[in-house]
Amino acid sequence: MGAKMMNFGGWDMPVEYTGILAEHEAVRRRVGLFDVSHMGEIEIRGPRALDLVQHVSSNNAAKLAIGQAQYSGLMTPRGTFVDDLLVHKISDTHYFLCVNAGNQDRDYAHIAEHNKFGAEVENAGARYSQIAIQGPRALELLQRFTKVALAPITYYWFAFGDVSGVDCLIARTGYTGEDGFEIYFSPEHSEKMWNALMDAGQPLGVAACGLGARNTLRLEAGMALYGHEIDDTTTPWEANLAWICKVDKGEFLGRDVLMRQKEMGVQRILAGFEMNSRLIARDGYAVLDGTREVGSVTSGGPAPFLKKNIGFAYVPPKLSAPGTPIAISVRGETAPAKIVPAPFYKRAK
Amino acid sequence: MYPADFRYTKDHEWIQVSGSTGTVGITDYAQHALGDVVFVQLPQTGAKLKAGAVLGTVESVKAVSEVFSPVSGEVTEVNSDLTDAPEKINQDPHRSAWLVKLKIENPKDVAALMDAKAYQEYVAEKEKEQTA
Repeated sequence: MGAKMMNFGGWDMPVEYTGILAEHEAVRRRVGLFDVSHMGEIEIRGPRALDLVQHVSSNNAAKLAIGQAQYSGLMTPRGTFVDDLLVHKISDTHYFLCVNAGNQDRDYAHIAEHNKFGAEVENAGARYSQIAIQGPRALELLQRFTKVALAPITYYWFAFGDVSGVDCLIARTGYTGEDGFEIYFSPEHSEKMWNALMDAGQPLGVAACGLGARNTLRLEAGMALYGHEIDDTTTPWEANLAWICKVDKGEFLGRDVLMRQKEMGVQRILAGFEMNSRLIARDGYAVLDGTREVGSVTSGGPAPFLKKNIGFAYVPPKLSAPGTPIAISVRGETAPAKIVPAPFYKRAK
Repeated sequence: MYPADFRYTKDHEWIQVSGSTGTVGITDYAQHALGDVVFVQLPQTGAKLKAGAVLGTVESVKAVSEVFSPVSGEVTEVNSDLTDAPEKINQDPHRSAWLVKLKIENPKDVAALMDAKAYQEYVAEKEKEQTA
């Protein structure tokens, strides 16, 4: 398909097909397809499956109904992130976790290590391929391939069904900020599934999308990327992810540390910013208070749809209120910016 | 594909010489490797550059790429079109998306650069390496 490929955590991945800007726009305005088979899947089964999920994750999985999913953090005993993930409740004794590609084996080992509940934990990455269909026309495109009524599957719910003759887990989730679906299925059907969706998507203006657009879309939508906004040194309070950190649910890895930090307050917090000039702040650039370095950019770049230059940075709490002017060192030049609320982009309902 | 009257560097800059003036840009190979260009930083007129010194930067969505001066010289003109339309570098890298014009200090610098045929071979080798 003429994709520009790169090595991403051991996977041969497409960075772009027709160009990052074109792919980004296709997802915001029409529909884009992402081959995200590199993502990992871990299945937890057994009478105490929920206990294990609760113990290793920050969000409250007990609130999930069958067919429902939630964004969560996989936690270390220090209250920091092993990974971020989606937890899907398939039944009272079966949970399906979607984790980041590069972290799959580490996540599996971590969950297995902390499995004091006798639950069955499977590193299932090899059994699943995944395609994401994202954009305002995503439902229209996918509906052509399945008798499962897609409209009633609301955001962060999922169903099982036949898509183009293939058994799939069909989830109304995504990493772009648009409406859309992520479908999981057995790898031998990958090529057929991709080609069918690309062909049927032509009249809808479908674009094949690579990792480049995946990154610009998620950044614009204010979504974290492991290794950037979150890692094993950051807590949910610092990362502005309090909404997935339910300390009231009961005991879980890192909860004590998190309760203490909640009381004492954080020394740094993640904030969204917007550049005030044409200069672009990049990952790792320093945030300045005068000439002093007080923080750093976790992700930065152009926002193609908003036509601004944006990013996330860790800053001292006193500099984190929206509207606060900050400065970022752009290769020796002091570039003015200001803190803005995230997400930068929110789709029309 | 690569104009016969240009000279080329290993870092994918081109220079077109007219008397003692050189027009400098980046090649089609470079713009394709970069992807969509979103921002260009160029020197001021009057800036004096040595061959191989950083002349400016071309930024794509994902990366910042330095541009190196093919020869020593003084910047006489800067392409201001690129401020509002950086994408011209992707669309027309060998003509309307020139970056700067230089007063060339030493014509011998130009002769040391690759001609179109040599550059074409150089690029073909690079492409082979990438798909290997």
